[in-house]
Amino acid sequence: MSQNLFEGTAEQMSALMVCINAHRNEKGALMPVLQEAQNIYGYLPAEVQTVIAEELGVSLAEVYGVATFYSQFTLTPKGKHKISICLGTACYVKGSDKILEAVEHELRISCGNCTPDKKFSIDSCRCVGACGLAPVMIIDGEVYGRLSPADVKGILDKYIQD
Amino acid sequence: MTVKELKDIAAKNADLIKVRQIVREQAEKLAVNTGYRKQVLVCGGTGCTSSHSLQVIEQLEKSFKELGIDDVLIVKTGCFGLCALGPIMIVYPEGAFYSQMTPEHAKTVAEKHLVKGGSIVKELLYEGTVHEDGSVIPFAEIPFYKHQLRIALRNCGVIAAESIEEAIAAGDYSALAKVLFEMSPDEVISELKAAGLRGRGGAGFPTGLKWQFTREAKGDIKYVCCNADEGDPGAFMDRSVLEGDPHCVLEAMAIAGYTVGAQEGYIYVRAEYPIAVERLNIAIEQARKYGLLGKNILGSGFDFDVHVRLGAGAFVCGEETALMASIEGHRGEPRPRPPFSAQCGVFRKPTVLNNVETWANVAPIILKGSEWFSEIGTEKSKGTKVFALGGKIHNVGLVEVPMGTTLKTIVYDIGGGIPGGKAFKAAQTGGPSGGCIPAKYIDIEMDFDNLVKIGSMMGSGGLIVMDEDTCMVDIAKFYLEFTADESCGKCTPCRIGTKRLLETLDKICEGKGEPEDLEKIREIAEHMKSSSLCALGQSAPNPILSTMEHFGDEYKAHIYEKKCPAGVCKSLLNYYIEPDKCRGCTLCARNCPANAISGVVKSVHDIDTSKCIKCGQCIAHCKFNAIVKK
Repeated sequence: MSQNLFEGTAEQMSALMVCINAHRNEKGALMPVLQEAQNIYGYLPAEVQTVIAEELGVSLAEVYGVATFYSQFTLTPKGKHKISICLGTACYVKGSDKILEAVEHELRISCGNCTPDKKFSIDSCRCVGACGLAPVMIIDGEVYGRLSPADVKGILDKYIQD
Repeated sequence: MTVKELKDIAAKNADLIKVRQIVREQAEKLAVNTGYRKQVLVCGGTGCTSSHSLQVIEQLEKSFKELGIDDVLIVKTGCFGLCALGPIMIVYPEGAFYSQMTPEHAKTVAEKHLVKGGSIVKELLYEGTVHEDGSVIPFAEIPFYKHQLRIALRNCGVIAAESIEEAIAAGDYSALAKVLFEMSPDEVISELKAAGLRGRGGAGFPTGLKWQFTREAKGDIKYVCCNADEGDPGAFMDRSVLEGDPHCVLEAMAIAGYTVGAQEGYIYVRAEYPIAVERLNIAIEQARKYGLLGKNILGSGFDFDVHVRLGAGAFVCGEETALMASIEGHRGEPRPRPPFSAQCGVFRKPTVLNNVETWANVAPIILKGSEWFSEIGTEKSKGTKVFALGGKIHNVGLVEVPMGTTLKTIVYDIGGGIPGGKAFKAAQTGGPSGGCIPAKYIDIEMDFDNLVKIGSMMGSGGLIVMDEDTCMVDIAKFYLEFTADESCGKCTPCRIGTKRLLETLDKICEGKGEPEDLEKIREIAEHMKSSSLCALGQSAPNPILSTMEHFGDEYKAHIYEKKCPAGVCKSLLNYYIEPDKCRGCTLCARNCPANAISGVVKSVHDIDTSKCIKCGQCIAHCKFNAIVKK
């Protein structure tokens, strides 16, 4: 599954166990547990999926099946700064594909990937609902709206320097 | 809590809400009763918070402290609808409409308007509310709002989004009280049926009938579900309801619980909507505390509680059987029907599932009656519909209009037309399952049946306006990329069909299209429509079929002439510099990532089309519009 070396801390593991115990007897617990596990670790490495499978008494195949079905779950770590470009319709007709190209060009990686220094990862998303600001890009939850490709470099520079 | 206590809360806060709803002169008199000289409503919806409305609130609080203002109430509301002008701030009793606010503007308004004896800061008002003679009109009277009729969005932008007291004062939970003490389940169902309410999530199934099937289904345990997995990109009305008036959804779900015999409900909401999820959780906690959810609601003996489940980014989970599989913790794959969810839904129990906007229509029907509701709209589509207006249009935002309102009214009177003097080309409705309405149908009366007749559909109400710069083949490809990506893969027609259609469109956009491709597309589309497992696959060909029907010439131009008339499809275009416009500023050459532009300072530059990667950087940087694609 993951080629990255997994390094989990004891704090993360105990946080995971708290979450599993809170949901253990709930119907349909797998999704909420995976969501919290991803919040704890930032992604869902095979090791974490194995723990969840054993603890919830479902097969690893079931866990892996769910983890790979939904686009918000990721089996690989993301960058320190998570860039998300909206490719929803309202943004697309206002040229968000050009914004994505500019970001890819600037960081020299393609959408869905992480820079080698693990500083940035780029993903596309489908509508965050800020259509009034189209086209939009989100970096670590901060929304940048009404963009043109020429704005991209200046925005990224702020994050590159930090 | 008892019904009397509910009414007391409503009465106590009633004037606070009324000040925001009635005409200025009366509001001024009424404001005296509330203890607040003025009320400042700031939008706390996703659109406005993205443009920093929360900082506007912080600044107001700070300024109030500095200026000693203690009799002006700050209210963080849900969405006002006019997202293009965000952050929006309204001051009552005047109804003064401040738009595109910044913290600095907020400071100015506090110092000049909100202080005792202050007056409206006209320069910061939305220009549409200031007449040439300098008189100011309340925001509700501008064209954007004048043509609307707000039922589902009745409380959005009116009440404080995180206050159950204000929600109660605005009428929330009074329909639940009425149902629990004055109506039988069968009466609720007949009322909904008589009202003619149809599901707002896309298919338009009669809501009363849905509830009746679940009521009649055998089983001790039944569930009520809310579909808030608003996946259609560009549609955000469900999110706005959850952000602006979450209690109206909880109330309606409890009404359904009483009607069908369920004691538990699930709300399945997109994880991409953090504010909506937070407000929903706050609302549920408050409702439990007040005894409006939980055991023995309002002393009626009826128990009902609600759980929230987050989606994880799968469009197919908007389909009911997939959504239920996801609530159960599985991969969100649809299954064949029958059995229908009314008999076998969540955890294999009888389940009634409606989408957020549908739920938001329930309480008004109970309170005002089916007769009132059924007088609004067209013969077969009653009530109103919320549209998320987006794309190439001035007033991007949410609009709620009676069914049967013409597209022209929505685009021009409410939407303010198309920016830059461009021509209206088409409006896309129904998202990835819908189609495009061309300019010749601009007078169409928008309702469920009329849209289907011209090859589109209502869908959840996304309405994306496109101008002459939009390539319809590219738009069809955009939607197919979406459905190919989101196809769950369970059934073959959808899994392979979306892929093949996308490949064919890719080919056409790259200038490699052949005349027989159009026939191939029709054939695949036919198979997908008739044999896909769920609506995702059955409707995935719609965007292509409708653009092929209404914009066949563009497909032909791509295939026969290898040209993209709108100038979008990269492979069919080259970039050129127009010599008479180029000033030789070198900006394009310096920003060209492929070093494809040659030329020296103050002389006309030239693009080497063999090196050009068509990234558009030169156009973005050129200040003289000297670079063209053709």
